[in-house]
Amino acid sequence: MSDTIETPSGAMPASRTRFGSNSGQPMTRRDGVLKVTGGATFAADNHPEGMLHAVYAAATISRGRVTSLNVDAARAHPGVVEVLTPANRPPLAIDPDTKPYPFAFRTEVLQDDTVRYAGQPIALVVAETLESATEAARLLSPTYDASPARIDFDTVEPFDPQAVGVGSPPTAEKGDVEAGLAQASHRVDARYETPGQYHNAMEPHAIVATWDGDRLTLDTPNQAIVMSTGSFGAWFGIPAENVTIRSPFLGGGFGSKAIIVGPQILTILAAKMLGRPVKLALRRDQMYGPVGHRGATRQEFRLGVDADGHLTALDHLTTAVTSTFEDFIEPASNASHDLYATPALSSRHKAVRLDIGTPGPMRAPGEASGSAALESAIDEAALVAGLDPLEFRLRNYAETDPASGKPFSAKALRECYAEGAERFGWSKRPLEPRQMRDEAGRLVGWGMGTALFPASMFQANATATLRADGTALVETAGADMGQGAWTALHQIAADGLGLDIGSVEFRSGHSGLPDGGIAGGSGHTATAGNALHAAGTDVIAKLADLATNDENSPLFGAGNVGVEARDGRLYRADDPDRSQSYGEILARAGLAEIEGAGQGGRDPASAEERAMFSHGAVFAEVTIDPDLGQIRVTRLVGAFAAGRIVNPRLATSQLYGGMIWGIGFALHEEAVHDKRSGRIMNANLAEYRVPVNADVPAMDVILVDEHDPHVNPLGIKGVGEIGITGTVGAIANAIWHATGVRFRRFPINIVDLLEGAAAR
Amino acid sequence: MNLFEYVRPASIAEAVAAAGEPGSAYLGAGTNLLDLMKGGVSRPSRLIDLTHLPDLGRIETSPDGSTRIGALVKNSALAHDPDFAKRFPAVAEALLSGASAQLRNAATVGGNLMQRTRCSYFADTASACNRREPGSGCDAIGGENRSHAVLGWSDHCIAVHPSDFCVPLAALGAIVEIEGADGRRKVPLTDFHRLPGDTPEKETVLEAGEMIVAVSLPAEAAAFAGHQRYLKVRERTSYAFALASAAAALRIENGTILEARIALGGVATKPWRSQAAEAVLTGAAPGREAFEKAAEAAFAEARPSGDNAYKIELGKRVVARVLAMAAAGTPERMPALPASPFASETGAKAHV
Amino acid sequence: MNLSLTLTINGKRREIVLDDPRVTLLDLLRERLDLTGAKKGCDRGQCGACTILVDGRRINSCLALAISYDGAAITTIEGLADGETLHPVQQAFIDHDGFQCGFCTPGQIMSAVGLISEGQSGDDAERVREAMSGNICRCGAYNGITEAVLDARAKISAGKERDAA
Repeated sequence: MSDTIETPSGAMPASRTRFGSNSGQPMTRRDGVLKVTGGATFAADNHPEGMLHAVYAAATISRGRVTSLNVDAARAHPGVVEVLTPANRPPLAIDPDTKPYPFAFRTEVLQDDTVRYAGQPIALVVAETLESATEAARLLSPTYDASPARIDFDTVEPFDPQAVGVGSPPTAEKGDVEAGLAQASHRVDARYETPGQYHNAMEPHAIVATWDGDRLTLDTPNQAIVMSTGSFGAWFGIPAENVTIRSPFLGGGFGSKAIIVGPQILTILAAKMLGRPVKLALRRDQMYGPVGHRGATRQEFRLGVDADGHLTALDHLTTAVTSTFEDFIEPASNASHDLYATPALSSRHKAVRLDIGTPGPMRAPGEASGSAALESAIDEAALVAGLDPLEFRLRNYAETDPASGKPFSAKALRECYAEGAERFGWSKRPLEPRQMRDEAGRLVGWGMGTALFPASMFQANATATLRADGTALVETAGADMGQGAWTALHQIAADGLGLDIGSVEFRSGHSGLPDGGIAGGSGHTATAGNALHAAGTDVIAKLADLATNDENSPLFGAGNVGVEARDGRLYRADDPDRSQSYGEILARAGLAEIEGAGQGGRDPASAEERAMFSHGAVFAEVTIDPDLGQIRVTRLVGAFAAGRIVNPRLATSQLYGGMIWGIGFALHEEAVHDKRSGRIMNANLAEYRVPVNADVPAMDVILVDEHDPHVNPLGIKGVGEIGITGTVGAIANAIWHATGVRFRRFPINIVDLLEGAAAR
Repeated sequence: MNLFEYVRPASIAEAVAAAGEPGSAYLGAGTNLLDLMKGGVSRPSRLIDLTHLPDLGRIETSPDGSTRIGALVKNSALAHDPDFAKRFPAVAEALLSGASAQLRNAATVGGNLMQRTRCSYFADTASACNRREPGSGCDAIGGENRSHAVLGWSDHCIAVHPSDFCVPLAALGAIVEIEGADGRRKVPLTDFHRLPGDTPEKETVLEAGEMIVAVSLPAEAAAFAGHQRYLKVRERTSYAFALASAAAALRIENGTILEARIALGGVATKPWRSQAAEAVLTGAAPGREAFEKAAEAAFAEARPSGDNAYKIELGKRVVARVLAMAAAGTPERMPALPASPFASETGAKAHV
Repeated sequence: MNLSLTLTINGKRREIVLDDPRVTLLDLLRERLDLTGAKKGCDRGQCGACTILVDGRRINSCLALAISYDGAAITTIEGLADGETLHPVQQAFIDHDGFQCGFCTPGQIMSAVGLISEGQSGDDAERVREAMSGNICRCGAYNGITEAVLDARAKISAGKERDAA
C-alpha cells in the first residue's frame, strides 16, 4: 500500500481558488476521490503475502475464572494454525496491569484465567482463513467458575476518585454553595441519568501485524500515530523506532482508537510467534467491551436562582461508572465549570466499580454527558424563574470563566445565541409547554442548549521542503478519522508556504513522519496545523534571506520583513512589481531544496492568562405522536463560534455529525446489560440504535465569526466534539416543551413518553 | 459458522428429498439464516440452496382473483409490483417498513415466514433459551424483556415474532402452500406459526423436509384495497423492528363497516390475527368509539411477560390509530415513511 | 461438494473455486479477490457498509453466501467509475461532502446507485432518507448523503433525457 495518498486533481472548482489563501475556502476533500472509488485503504484492507487471520474468543461471564477451553477441538478445525491461551501465551515485555507509558489503560492479553467483564478476550485463534478462525474460536466452548456479576449501580458503594477524565481534579469549588442555595428564591434539585454508550465507529478496530526480525509494521487505525510506536514497542521490548504504524485513514475514531488494547497486542504476539503477518478485525459485538465506551453517569444538581433569574449557586455531583480494574471516570461535572455565571459553584465526582470493560474518552468525554444534564437543569431553572430559556441563559452569561475567573480568549456565544435564535425563529416560541401541534395533530416542542468545548492543544512537529521546481512537500504524522485532516491541514500548510495547494504535496498518516500529535480533544487541526504553518513560514524566512541578500535579486535589500510570500513568489511588501519566484531564488542560490521545521502547541503563558473554549447554541424542534410516543427531531439549528474556520465545508460537516450524535444520545443510544449475567444484550447495530438517515432532518449550521488572537498563532479552535454538547439538552428540552413532562433519564424513548404521559 | 455440506437441487422434488436428512436447512436468500449461523444460533450440517429452483419467483393472479406469490419472490419485488401493491396496499406498506432496502432486495417471501425471533436471549448462545435449545430454560423471563410478547407467550418462551409482512397476511387470510415428501398441502397463515406452549422450538407446522412453495391471498382479500393500512411503532424512524404494529383492513359501505380485518405485530409470539376485534367492528360505524372498542378486544387476553405492560396500552393505541387510518382510506401513493406514525400521509388527525 | 462458481464482477467474467463453503460474497471480494472497497462494518446486515449491486439490485454482501450466487453479475465500488470519470453519484458525494471517514462510503454510494435505478424516491428528500436508512454513517454525514443522492439523481435523469432527445 501507499504511505501517502495521491492528491486528486481537480478536487475543487478553479473559480474558488484563491492563491495564497487556501484556508477559509470550502474545498472538497482532497481524499475524496479515493474514498468514493474504494481506493482509500483502511487497516483491514491490507493483505500481505502469507497473512493469517486471528479471531479471539470472548468471555460470556462478567466475573470469575475460565476453567476450561476446548483447545483440541479448535486445533482440529481445518485451517487452524495456532491457539493462544494463558497456558501457552509467550511472554510480553511489560505487565498489562501496569501503566508504563502515557495514556496506557490496563488491558487483557491472556495474562491469566481471570475474567473481569463480559466480552474480555480469553483466547486467540489463528488460522489460514477468517472462516476457520471464526469457527474455531467458537469451538473453544469455555467453561467458567463464575461469580455474581456486579452490574447494578445501586448495589455497589461509590468511592472518591483521585482524578477524573485524563488527569483532571475530581472537585472544584468556588464561593459558598450552601449560602447561595439558602438565599435563592427558586430551587432546582434534579437527578439525571446517562447510560453506557459505545463509540461504534463504522470501522471495527483492526490490525495487520508484520514482523521483520525485530522490526514491526502495523496497519492499524490510530489517533496518535507517533506516540503509539513507543507504546506498542514497549510491549515487545523494542524501541519506538523499530515500530512503523501506517494509518492513512481511520474509519471513525471518536476516542476509541487512541488507546492501545489487548486484541492488538495479542495479534502482534501471534505474528511474532508464527513468523507470518496476522490480521485481526473485531466483530461488531466485540466493540462492546475491550475498546472503551462512554461510562454511565448519575448527575445530581442543586441550582439556586434569585428573583431576577440569576443563579445564586450551582452544585453538580456526578457519580460515574468505571471498571473494577481501571479508573477512567467520566468527568461530567466539569461541564458546569465554564458556562454560567454564578457566585457559588461546586463540581464533584464519585465513581462506582462494576464488572464492565473500562470506559474511556468518547466524543466530548465529560462534556457530552455533563452538558446533557446541565442544559436540562438550566431549562428547569428557567422554568421556575418564569423566564424564556434563552433569556435565562443571557441573564447568566459568563463574562469571565466561572470556575477560574480568567477572561476568555474569545467568546462569541452571545452572537451564537442571537444568530441561532433568529434562524430558528425562537422568538415565536410559547413559554408554556404543549402549545404547538403540526397539521396532523402531533405535539411539537422547541428547546435549546448551550454548546461548549475546550480549545485543546497538544504538541506536534512538521517539516516543509521547498523544491527547485517551486513545489513543496510538507510532512506530519496526522490522523484523519473523518474530520478532514488530509484537506484542512493541507490547506494550512499551503498557506504557510504561500503556495497554491496544488503545488504542495502532503504526507501524513505514517509514523515515520514528524510527530503530528494526537487527533483528539478537538485539537488536531489547531496543533498540527500550527506546526505545518510554522514549517512553511520557516522555509519562507530562509528563502527570503537568500533573496534579500542576493545582489541580483529584485528583492535585494528588502529585508525579511519587507517581503511577502504568495502564489509561489516573494514580493517586496512596498512594491508588488518587484518579485521573484521560489524556483528562481533556489536556482540562483544553487540549492535543490530548502527545508523548514515547525512546532504546534499551546503557549503556556497564554493558557495561564485565559480560558479557551469554542461556544455554540443549538435549537431543536421535536415532533411527537401524542398517542404512540414515537419521537422525531424535525429541525436542528446550531450556531457555533470556534475561532478561525479553516474549511467551512468540512467544519459544517463535523458540526452536523456532532449534532447527530446528540440525536443518538437524546433518543437512541444505550447499552442494555442483563442484570444477572452482566452481558450486554444489544451489542449490535440493530439494537444498540444509532441514528439512521431517516432520523436526521435537514439541519442548519451557522459558523459565527470569531477572531481569537490568544488561542494559538492561527486562531484555530476545534469543532469535532462541540456539536454533541448543547444538542442533547436542546432535544430533551424540546421534548419537555412538547409534552410538559420532564424526562431526566437518557435516552428518552417511547416507553418513557407513554409512562410520562400517563403520570402527567 | 460451522462447516456444512452445500447442496443445490434442480427441482422441488430433489430439494424435498435432500432436506429429509437430519441437520438439513433450506437456504433462501440467507438474510436470516446466515445471520443465525454466524451467531452460532443455527448450525445446520447441510444447506439446501433453493435459490436456483425454477418457477418459485412469480407473482400470479388467478382467474378467480386470488394472488399467488412464489416463495422466492423478493420482498422488494412484491412490494413494488404495481398490481399487487394496488390490490394489497397494507402488505406492500408492511414489507416496505421492514428491514432495509438492501435486505428487502435479497429476502424472500418464504424466508420472511420462516424468520426466527429477534429475542436477544435467543441470539445469545450463552443464555438459556428453550426455542434454541429445548429444555434449557428461558433467560428472557426475568431479564431484559421490554420488547417481548404480551400475547401468546408461555412460561417456556416470551419471544416476539418479528415479521411485518406476516401481519397483513394474517389479517387478509393468506394461505401457505407447502410441499413435502407426501405432496402438497395448504395451511392458513394464521395456523402456520405455532404458539410456543411447552415446545417453543417447534415454530411452524412444517414437518421435516417440508418447504414453503408459495403464499396466496384469496380473491376476497382484494375487496379491502380501499381501506387498508399498516402502522408500526419503533424506536428509530426506520430500520428497526416493531415495538407494536398492526394491520387493518376494512370494507366500508354507506357509513358502515361491513367487514374488518385486524392483525397485530411486535406484541405476540406469532403473527396475531384478532377476530375478536374484527367482530366488534362488523356493522359498526367507523369512528373513534368503535376503534377503541376493537382495540380493547384485541388486547383483552394480553398480559405482561415482564417489563412490558406498556405494550398493552401501546398496542391498543396502535390498533385504534391504524383503524382510523384505514377508515380514512388507502393513500394514493405509498407514504414516504411507510407505516410510520410520521408518514405525512397519515389519514386521521391525531388527538389528545 | 462442488464449490466452483462463475461471477461477472465489474463486467469481467470470473471462474472461482471456493476453498470453503462458508465464504460470503463480502469475504470473497475482500479476502480472496482483492476487491476491498466493500467494507465490513457489522457482518450481520445491520449497517450497509458492504452494499454491492447483484444483478443491478443493492444487497448486503455480508449476508450472501457466495456459492449461492453462481451466475450473478456483481458491481462493486471499484467498478463504478468510467476510467478517470467518476460516476455521477461518486462526484455528488464529493461535491456535497456526503462522507467524513469514508468507511461507510462505498456502501452508501452503491446503495444510492441502487436507489436511483429503483426509481422509488424521485426528488423527495424524505423518501431518500427512508430509502438510505439501511446505510449507517456514524460520522453523521446524512445531510450531505441526502443532498448527493438528490443531486446525482437529477443529473442522471437529465442525462437520460438528453440521450433520449
